[in-house]
Amino acid sequence: MDEREHIIEVKDMVKKFGSFTANDHLTFHVEKGEIFGFLGANGAGKTTAMRILCGLSYPTSGEIHVAGHDVYRERERIKRKIGYMSQKFSLYEDLTVSENIHLYAGIYGLRKKQIAAREDQLLERLGLTHVRNRLIREVPLGWKQKLAFSVAIFHQPAIVFLDEPTGGVDPITRRQFWEMIHDATEEGITVFVTTHYMDEAEYCDRVSIMVDGRIDALDTPAALKQQYESVNMNEVFLKLARS
Amino acid sequence: MKRFFGFVKKEFQHIFRDKRTLLILFGLPIVMIILFGFVVSTEIRDVKVGIWDRSMDQASIRATQKIFSSGYFVPAGYIDHEEEIGELFRSGKARVVVVFEEGFERNLLREDRAAINLIADASDANTAQLSLTYLQGVLMTYFQSVNQDVEMPWSVNMKSRMFYNEEMKGVYMFIPGLMALILVLISALMTSVTIAREKEFGTMELLLASPLKPREIILGKVTPYVLLSFVNAMTIVLLGFLVFDVPVRGSLWLLMLICMLYITLALSLGVLISTNVKTQQMAMFISLLGLMLPSILLSGFIFPIENMPKVLQWFSAIMPPRWFIVIVKNIMLKGTGFAFIWKETLILLGMTIFFILAAVKRFKIRLN
Repeated sequence: MDEREHIIEVKDMVKKFGSFTANDHLTFHVEKGEIFGFLGANGAGKTTAMRILCGLSYPTSGEIHVAGHDVYRERERIKRKIGYMSQKFSLYEDLTVSENIHLYAGIYGLRKKQIAAREDQLLERLGLTHVRNRLIREVPLGWKQKLAFSVAIFHQPAIVFLDEPTGGVDPITRRQFWEMIHDATEEGITVFVTTHYMDEAEYCDRVSIMVDGRIDALDTPAALKQQYESVNMNEVFLKLARS
Repeated sequence: MKRFFGFVKKEFQHIFRDKRTLLILFGLPIVMIILFGFVVSTEIRDVKVGIWDRSMDQASIRATQKIFSSGYFVPAGYIDHEEEIGELFRSGKARVVVVFEEGFERNLLREDRAAINLIADASDANTAQLSLTYLQGVLMTYFQSVNQDVEMPWSVNMKSRMFYNEEMKGVYMFIPGLMALILVLISALMTSVTIAREKEFGTMELLLASPLKPREIILGKVTPYVLLSFVNAMTIVLLGFLVFDVPVRGSLWLLMLICMLYITLALSLGVLISTNVKTQQMAMFISLLGLMLPSILLSGFIFPIENMPKVLQWFSAIMPPRWFIVIVKNIMLKGTGFAFIWKETLILLGMTIFFILAAVKRFKIRLN
């Protein structure tokens, strides 16, 4: 595994809000093309870390590179190479499916022709061609979520950051969603995903588990289960949280 | 640049697809102008006047005729007891009662002095005050004209003119005030709400994580409102001119320039508010309470600043609408040029720069 390229490299990352330490000396890396699960309870510091990697906030200290760029000095470059999907599936409710796609694709600097071709392809693949000109507010939640993800990777970023992407969605749709994530890695996109559904951790290549601002465990799901003598990831998590 | 225009286009789509926003943007100014113009007026018309004529001689009857032929007053009937005054007021049949003393004409001729008593129902203080002023005016004019051929030891002939607003029209005051109010309302309220909405729906995060620069996001959100607010300002001027004959005596270009400055100020205030709130509701609350009320009460729009307590006068000095109203009145009604308004303009410019800097600073803090 070691000869694979590290697309995210984090050394001693610290983020403090006043006297509160949200991220306490995090050190980890993400390999190119993998699905990296970032697990932890609410308030463990997942979102804080993710926001720093996305260029939404500055770290207090530490050495961090995303897609080969420094998060202090080369934020703009990083932003061009990443995609981001928040927990709220943030598409504009009063714009149509197509308008949302064009808006975000335009922001990432794609050309009109390029956008049109990819849009046709995408909607066909999702089976959503018939809602192309519907407002997002009229589209069911499950479709919205798939669209939000598709929009986040529409410009073919090197990495896509997913912040609890499956909140409030039914199990079948969640399953389909993870299939989409797998498809994305086949196109060479690295996936960095936070979640608190432990069953979803099984879909990840590697997972890190955060407790109180620190990374307490980091490995493949299989290795973690073996190490903590557990049958599933949920048990691993509970054992970690109690210790 | 193309990225930016795509973003601005989306903002226009938000505006034109939301009926409520459209209503506030275009309905509100028109409704407010019409309402203020027609309903709130400082002129009086058809005030009901009761007469208690205790002498019923030629002089008092002539004077009574003069009052009712002036056009401002209508007769509410004659009375002949003091108690009836209260009755007239309580029943609302009269607002003012004019009392001529006994032997009015005799006193006038023999002693050179005769008394008229004007009694007004001051439960509506403004109308009472105005009615009395008008009544006094009518009576003075009449008695002066009667006295013309009588030999008098001296006489002062007073004539007054109302410069810039000869007919004392209320709309002349309200158009500049309404411009100040509506522009603050639309620019500051709408921008703060629209930015707060992006935060509430989580789309702001996405935009910030995109290659769009923060200043592009803010400018993109604000640009449509600059254009629409400007259209609004000009609509108000046009409506004032077409419906209420309010003139623009000075330079229209200068007026437009000042409007742009004021719009920029209001927008930067809106951005500043939005950096301090998380929800649309909060943004609306702060904009309305923090901007609209002071704009109405402390700007000199309705209540004269000179009559306020000192402390409130200081407060009024930090209200942008106050300076804007002074400038607009100068340009529109007095027709003055830049030489007479540069001080106020400079104050507005200073405030604008201050708000922009503050907004940028807050925005950066929030990012880190």
